[in-house]
Amino acid sequence: MGDILRQTYQPKSNSFIGQPIERVEDLRFLRGRGTYVADVEVQNELHAVIFRSPVAHGRITHLDVGAAASLPGVAAVITCKDIGEVPIIPLRQQVFDEGIPYLQSVIAVDKVRYVGEPVAVVLAETAAIAEDALELIEFDVEELPVVVTTQAAATDRQLLFEESGTNCPIVMTASKGDAEKAFASAPYTRRESFSVQRHFALPMETRGLLAVWDEAEEQLTVHGATKVIFFNRALLAKMLGLSNDQVELIEVDVGGAFGARGEFYPEDFLIPFAARHTGRPVRWIEDRRENLMAMNHAREMDAEIEIACELDGTVIGLRGNINVDIGAYVRTNGFTAPRNVAQFCSGPYDIANIALDASVFMTNKTPAGTYRGPGRFEASFFMERLLHLAAQDLGIDQAEIRRKNLIPEAKMPFKMARMAHVDPSSETECDGGAYGEVFDRCLEEFGWEEKQHLQGKLIDGRYHGIGLGCFVEGGAAGPREGVRMRLESDGSVIVNVGSSAVGQGLQTILGQIAADGLGLPMERISIRHGSTSLVKEGFGSFHSRSTVMGGSAVHNACIEMMQRIREKAALRFGCSAEAIEILDGKAWHKGASLDFAALAGEGLEVEHSFPNSKHTYSYGAHAAHVAVDPATGHVEILKYQTVEDVGRVINPATLHGQVLGSACQGFGSVFLEEIIYDENGQLLTGTLADYLIPTSTDFRGVDSVSLGLRPCPNNPLGAKGAGEGGLIAVGGTLANAIAAALSSFDVKPHHLPLTPRRIWHLINDSKKSGFAAQAQANSTDARTGQ
Amino acid sequence: MKLPEFEYRSPATLSEAIALLVAADGEAKLLSGGQSLMPMLAFRMATPTVLVDLRKVEGLDAIEINGDVRLGARVRWCDIEKDQRLATAHPLLQEAVRHIAHYQIRNSGTVGGSLAHADPAAEFPALAVACGAVISTVAANGSRTVAAEDFFLGPLVTVLEPDEIITGISFPAWKAGRRFGFQEFARRRGDFAIAGAIVHYDVDAWGRMADVHVGAFGLGDTPIRLQVAESLLDGQQPTAELFERVAAAATEDVEIQDDIHADAEYRRSLLGTMLMRALQSSSRSGD
Amino acid sequence: MMQIGITINNVSYEREVPARTTLADFIRGLPGLTGTHVACEHGVCGACTVVVDGAAVRSCLMLAAQAEGRQIETVESLAGDGELSPLQAAFRKHHALQCGFCTSGILMTMHALLRDEPDVDEERVREVLSGNLCRCTGYQPIVDAVMEAKQSYG
Repeated sequence: MGDILRQTYQPKSNSFIGQPIERVEDLRFLRGRGTYVADVEVQNELHAVIFRSPVAHGRITHLDVGAAASLPGVAAVITCKDIGEVPIIPLRQQVFDEGIPYLQSVIAVDKVRYVGEPVAVVLAETAAIAEDALELIEFDVEELPVVVTTQAAATDRQLLFEESGTNCPIVMTASKGDAEKAFASAPYTRRESFSVQRHFALPMETRGLLAVWDEAEEQLTVHGATKVIFFNRALLAKMLGLSNDQVELIEVDVGGAFGARGEFYPEDFLIPFAARHTGRPVRWIEDRRENLMAMNHAREMDAEIEIACELDGTVIGLRGNINVDIGAYVRTNGFTAPRNVAQFCSGPYDIANIALDASVFMTNKTPAGTYRGPGRFEASFFMERLLHLAAQDLGIDQAEIRRKNLIPEAKMPFKMARMAHVDPSSETECDGGAYGEVFDRCLEEFGWEEKQHLQGKLIDGRYHGIGLGCFVEGGAAGPREGVRMRLESDGSVIVNVGSSAVGQGLQTILGQIAADGLGLPMERISIRHGSTSLVKEGFGSFHSRSTVMGGSAVHNACIEMMQRIREKAALRFGCSAEAIEILDGKAWHKGASLDFAALAGEGLEVEHSFPNSKHTYSYGAHAAHVAVDPATGHVEILKYQTVEDVGRVINPATLHGQVLGSACQGFGSVFLEEIIYDENGQLLTGTLADYLIPTSTDFRGVDSVSLGLRPCPNNPLGAKGAGEGGLIAVGGTLANAIAAALSSFDVKPHHLPLTPRRIWHLINDSKKSGFAAQAQANSTDARTGQ
Repeated sequence: MKLPEFEYRSPATLSEAIALLVAADGEAKLLSGGQSLMPMLAFRMATPTVLVDLRKVEGLDAIEINGDVRLGARVRWCDIEKDQRLATAHPLLQEAVRHIAHYQIRNSGTVGGSLAHADPAAEFPALAVACGAVISTVAANGSRTVAAEDFFLGPLVTVLEPDEIITGISFPAWKAGRRFGFQEFARRRGDFAIAGAIVHYDVDAWGRMADVHVGAFGLGDTPIRLQVAESLLDGQQPTAELFERVAAAATEDVEIQDDIHADAEYRRSLLGTMLMRALQSSSRSGD
Repeated sequence: MMQIGITINNVSYEREVPARTTLADFIRGLPGLTGTHVACEHGVCGACTVVVDGAAVRSCLMLAAQAEGRQIETVESLAGDGELSPLQAAFRKHHALQCGFCTSGILMTMHALLRDEPDVDEERVREVLSGNLCRCTGYQPIVDAVMEAKQSYG
């Protein structure tokens, strides 16, 4: 069987794979018949509302919930006292002991460390009554000085975790070659400071959970889980002192995740606990105000990075430090963005000498986790700006400097910088690809040469500029993904997968793969996901893995299933399995055929687990044409081009949708989105009128091309994880275009977001102080010649 | 973000409504379109004991044009957008309303609600001030009129007494040939303005600007008239060069605040740009 | 508590609810009407948009009491038995939805728009659509779908 399972998928003329199949999910969503967690029906429920700390840092001195609990309609108010030994949420990704002192308890016990930290849970007949009760809770805190910047955190003058002795749990170091030597002898170096603002995923559906405890059966069912339901189920069971079998996590329809939904949060314990505690089903639907302060934040980093080049533009070194602000606690995936920003700063470029530190800091703000392309978006911004500046300083064409440094195909697989702390479950090497060819395709699609004359030109009162950026997107994290496939006695096929659907069209994609694998129409196949009871073991959807991992597991399960069908048919026909041919849902031998249904008996079941230790790397390039209004600082995107190679395109329509959607999120990151705290750790962006995401009139002109150019050698589909690539290079590409547009002012767009006000100030400061002063002002260090 | 508790009343007449406001002794709020009030309730920034819904009160939703343009307090933005008479009777009013919020909000939000809410970045209060409109109200002790420029005291604060209800607003008659401009800068379309400028003026027999009105909003406390700009423009030929000069000069001494969306220096410059662009676009209007 | 009667999709519903109940929550409390989604509760995102007496309205900014005696249409009214409406079919064809959470509100907004203005151009569609937030699609596919669907409203 082993050899068969290493067979690469071969497209046939009537393949479902590669077709822009309309999504099966759409039928219920369009009719308003989706079932999101707020829609699941249950009897006799209580509504939960979380009382959250209004103070950013302090020791709890007084907590009295008596008045709240006595309000008519309130069933109970849970505090840490009701829980006893309060569980602590562990790391799930980049699991290092350094994180242990900084992990979050599911409810505040003696200290609060961020505005929004859960302190109590009110359970009432309606959410409105529960909210009324919040106002009756007495809560006093002996306030401590608040730490809101990595600079303040780094002094360790005010610690968030006194026993740990420091606000810096870990420094993640990426290294390759000998950076010190390379920089010492480099003919050109340049150092710059950058920063990316705090922002986050903001999916349209807020979080929610519905927990039901069956006292008689001692069975807990939780709706509203997603992303990594098997991990979460095991963790929850352990926290509640139950066995895995007693806990079922069910994923219903999900209104977007983008990395932030589905990780184990405090509420993932508190709500099920409340259900068992009260003996009634408990529903918690996060409101938007809460979501802005309680769902994982992301991306906040400041960095000082230096590039070293030969005079011909060959990049020979990259070094520096990135300070990552991960908020008040280390979340389940709190170390992922720091690891990624250090390891992937070099992006798709072949840089021989690297020494990058990602220093992680705790601050009194909402904890940070992952958001689409975690650490990668930030890394690409830093790298692409440095490359752009190097090209300018050395008098080298922007396209040429990238072509020169992109990892050549001959060097594949290509090892990325080594991390001092290594996540043992995967190797980090770029699997393969024609990086230069795809880059050139981007230039061609965009019209790079034709638009050169626009650089820095003032047209109708606006400055025009074009910029470039290249990226790699890691995907398909291991270790495995599980599938249980069942051929029913009526000839239909049920495919149960461990992957999660978060809006990416999972049902349709896996349906296409199964349809091709079994030679059946998609209508005969039903894809089931999202419950821990469907498969023995699953790992979920994150790191752009469901198509590769779930898809490969489905693909291989189909191969096994076909073999089982052949074997059964062989018995019936009295021949060898090799003599059986399968066509259109029937097994054939010498002109006679048997339906799958006839062969299924009471049902034919195959279980398969697809293992993977090698990440896949989609890759590509972006190009942007912008116009900057110097009077207002507003930037309009006139054209934005993406080209990427994803190994194998399973569904071009859904892939295109992912690229457009992620590019739009990238635009939001660059221009609009920002979580702002004041010096007391109070969240100032507490409504959707303050935290701004893109609307339909903000950005247009995005064109994208997705290729299946170099299939991935590490999975039978040849596919690479995609879904984050539309976003990764957006920061650098747009910043480069803006810098080019404003070249007559020599501005450095190095701090995101590039709001109109920030751009206006960059231009204005440049006008006021003259260019020479501007060059000095931003702690740059550009030396040529030794 | 469920709403706090309140009693809901929907009186059939203005007197009943006033009586309810009086009885609640300052703890009641009027509900018109709800587009400004409901979010405040959702955030529990307002916790009235009684909500007095005006939807059954008749006679508040008419647009009357008799030279001047009178809008009843419950006239919605969509009513203004769709009233074809206004294309000539007050084109600036229609232009300004097109910038207010979004499609769905314009189907519910009302003139009276916007005036009573008094957001300093809102378009309609600014338009009222710029045009010299007059607001009519009734209360227990009778009715009165208040000039728009006297109506707004500060952010979300007006001269309205607790029992006082806006019945309508009257805009001075629009002269034929009048020119106007409306420019605002917001982060996204439909967002509150970071800075905005409204201008209108007549052109006399010699081609000179007359009866110049210049309004500004988004600056801090309330919308204002830019008297310096008005006096610099009055009696002048409307040229691009004049506009540029005046836009720069007029914003120098205006009091402008910092907030999370803009610092004062940027906002001041933005106001100048909006004023210049409003003046420039005015050349294309009117005829 | 108040007794409130509202007609939704041509069916009359009478319920006793607290006065502070929004139209959005009133609708969602009725059987088979959870297609209207609540995503911000402060009138910014448009996910809760329904049609009231022909006009698209944010149902989170309206009290159920204000909808008494009025005609409400929700997303469930669009598809006939079994068949997707032309607007819905166009959304599917153009991949104008991914997670689906904003979709009901956008469908109802566009439905009201096209009924009133069947001859919209792309600018007008984008302008009206700017009152609905979508995090997944980047909006272009939605605009394409609406431009195709408009011919069925003429």
